Amino acid sequence: MELTRNKQIMLTGNKAAAWGARLAGVDYVPAFPITPQTEIVETLAQWFADGHMHGKYTNMDSEHSMFMAAGAAAASGVRVFTASSSQGILYGLEALHTIAGWRVPLVLVNVSRALATPITLEPDHNDVLSLRDTGIIQLHAETAQEVLDYILMAYRIAEDPEVCLPVLVNLDGFYLSFTREPVVLPDEAEVREFLPLFKPSQPVFQASEPMARASAVFGGGNYSYFKIQHHLAAQNVVNVYQKITQEFGERFGRFYDAVERYRLDDAEYVFVMSNSFATKGKAAVQHLRKNGIKAGLLKLSLLRPFPSQIIADALAHRPKVAVIDQNLAPGMGGILYPEILKAVYRREDRPQHLLSVIGGLGGRDIQEGDFISILQRLDEAPGDDPLFLFDEKDLKQFDQLRQIAGFPREARIP
Amino acid sequence: MKATISDSLEESKYKKVTDLNPEEEIAPGSALCAGCGGLEGMRLAMKVLGENTLTCNAAGCFTLISVYPFTPLKGSWLYTTMSGPVPAAQGVRDALDIRMQKHGLPKAEDLQVIVVAGDGSTNDMGLSPTSAAIHRNLDFIYFCYDNEAYGNTGFQHSGASPLGSYTMTSPNTPEHPAGSEQTKKDLFGIWMAHNPPYLATVSPREPIDLSNKFKKAKGMKGPRLFICLSPCPTGWGFDPKDTHLIAKLAVDTGIFPIKEFVDGKVIHTKRPRKRLPVEKYLERQKRFQHLFAPKRRDDIIAQIQSNVDAYWEQYDE
Repeated sequence: MELTRNKQIMLTGNKAAAWGARLAGVDYVPAFPITPQTEIVETLAQWFADGHMHGKYTNMDSEHSMFMAAGAAAASGVRVFTASSSQGILYGLEALHTIAGWRVPLVLVNVSRALATPITLEPDHNDVLSLRDTGIIQLHAETAQEVLDYILMAYRIAEDPEVCLPVLVNLDGFYLSFTREPVVLPDEAEVREFLPLFKPSQPVFQASEPMARASAVFGGGNYSYFKIQHHLAAQNVVNVYQKITQEFGERFGRFYDAVERYRLDDAEYVFVMSNSFATKGKAAVQHLRKNGIKAGLLKLSLLRPFPSQIIADALAHRPKVAVIDQNLAPGMGGILYPEILKAVYRREDRPQHLLSVIGGLGGRDIQEGDFISILQRLDEAPGDDPLFLFDEKDLKQFDQLRQIAGFPREARIP
Repeated sequence: MKATISDSLEESKYKKVTDLNPEEEIAPGSALCAGCGGLEGMRLAMKVLGENTLTCNAAGCFTLISVYPFTPLKGSWLYTTMSGPVPAAQGVRDALDIRMQKHGLPKAEDLQVIVVAGDGSTNDMGLSPTSAAIHRNLDFIYFCYDNEAYGNTGFQHSGASPLGSYTMTSPNTPEHPAGSEQTKKDLFGIWMAHNPPYLATVSPREPIDLSNKFKKAKGMKGPRLFICLSPCPTGWGFDPKDTHLIAKLAVDTGIFPIKEFVDGKVIHTKRPRKRLPVEKYLERQKRFQHLFAPKRRDDIIAQIQSNVDAYWEQYDE
């Protein structure tokens, strides 16, 4: 397809990710397939094969190998893109920690899919949140447009001399990966002005610049030096992100922030959500408002670094806040709930009630009734125990399935 | 055309030790053990390969070659992960190719990408990524230093640990008198099945043979794979001054065949004329002491001997 200025077309979340890589002028894609990500690498393979993209596409043998190749190529001076999901992220986890420590700029997409066991296909965020502590920057997208725009901005963040870190863009499997939405494709020349071709800010491997990288370090103090540097670089992203999103907005007319404040100003009830299910949350807010209930939504976009102050500001003076975690740390609860709690803890203007909600596991839908039950629980002055979005209807369906298979007894509510 | 290349190679062959490059690519002084046979092998190899190299390293003894902020190498170094050095080599190779083709990087900036990994990672978790890279015809050199166990963690059993050897995780007991009851994995055969352009075993005790093999490999493209016998004073249990003697006995007993695979053929480049009995090699190492004392285990020694004899019978002239 020939690119014209700011053309709007229908794209799946996956195709939008592929377009992001293409418009970014990516040189290198090491790849490995996994549902629901595969459409991204298939699209890129086609574009490298037919000459729409220039450089190299390499079929790797695992996600671990793929991330090692991606990191090493970024350390050797090319612009790198790769994508994975779920079990693939886990298989490559060692490599991801490793290349984050290499402080190399590259962009990877994770298409969220719940983790085994049981093995399944639909999304939740235990996969991407297993990268929480890698020091990889994380941007979480709600729409296909965000996927594309975040990828372009992600290269600016990753390659910023104050950062030099991999950046991950997350999108939900199925709900976004395979859903077609209208997407504005920015003009390639204009993208190039925003994101020039890769000029590494650090030395890269070549004959005239011999160097040892990632050498072993002994002594906790020496090790700490590198880890604290990594932390500071990740923290720099809060400011770098604001600068880059501002520039992006001025150029392309789409403004982003570390969080999105949806009808928060007078909200008495706030849902804290991320990714594609935030759209469901916004629909619920609209519906509640029509019925005279002052609801609002805080969407988390920049998840690493965690923009604590921005979040605390956004939630200031909001009386009742529900943090909807689409993930579960068994024995602990939601993963993001304690992070939000930490963000607001020291503030006098913090919410009166903070409720932990676990929902959307394995792609389990979150419907209007669920939002109502969240409001009810918020009115009851909740403690720390999470509210699970799993009801009689879920149980009935589960039982019906088991009855078909001939199970003798009814399942009990967990 | 092929004949011409071989002819010129023949002329430029190293014939004696004084022919070898007097320049060192690895400076003396690293955290590796005194008498490490693998480091001597790598030192000789790097003399041939020169300084425009990038070494991708797997977790293992040789990770201690570069400890921050030092490196004894003239070329570049990248520590990766235990199973990741080959895919990292792929990333570097691809990146340099892209930069030369797409971004005008001068050819003089190119690097020979080398993987340095021990027998543990090579035979076990690194095998699958290496198989894939050979299949992709990755242009790289693989140097496996083979000390027949996980040496850096204190000498545990690996896929390369030979029958009858004691390791920390294959101890000899009355119920298991041999120690390791498995035979050494045939890595040469596994790699050979991928039909790489070049594959060889080398020994630090055979510097001319080693250097000529690296010289031959340097002039080729694609995956070029080396297994270097690495007598290990700390793990095998011998005095560091005896590394060369142990390495010599490994070859003279026929336990470690010195060979290459090129153009679809296996050639033994240092064939022992009359093989010494294996016990000459075994008896000098602490890891085989349980085969001799308190009670001599002729059954196990005979099994080791018969395995060696069976190997060579395939190649009897």
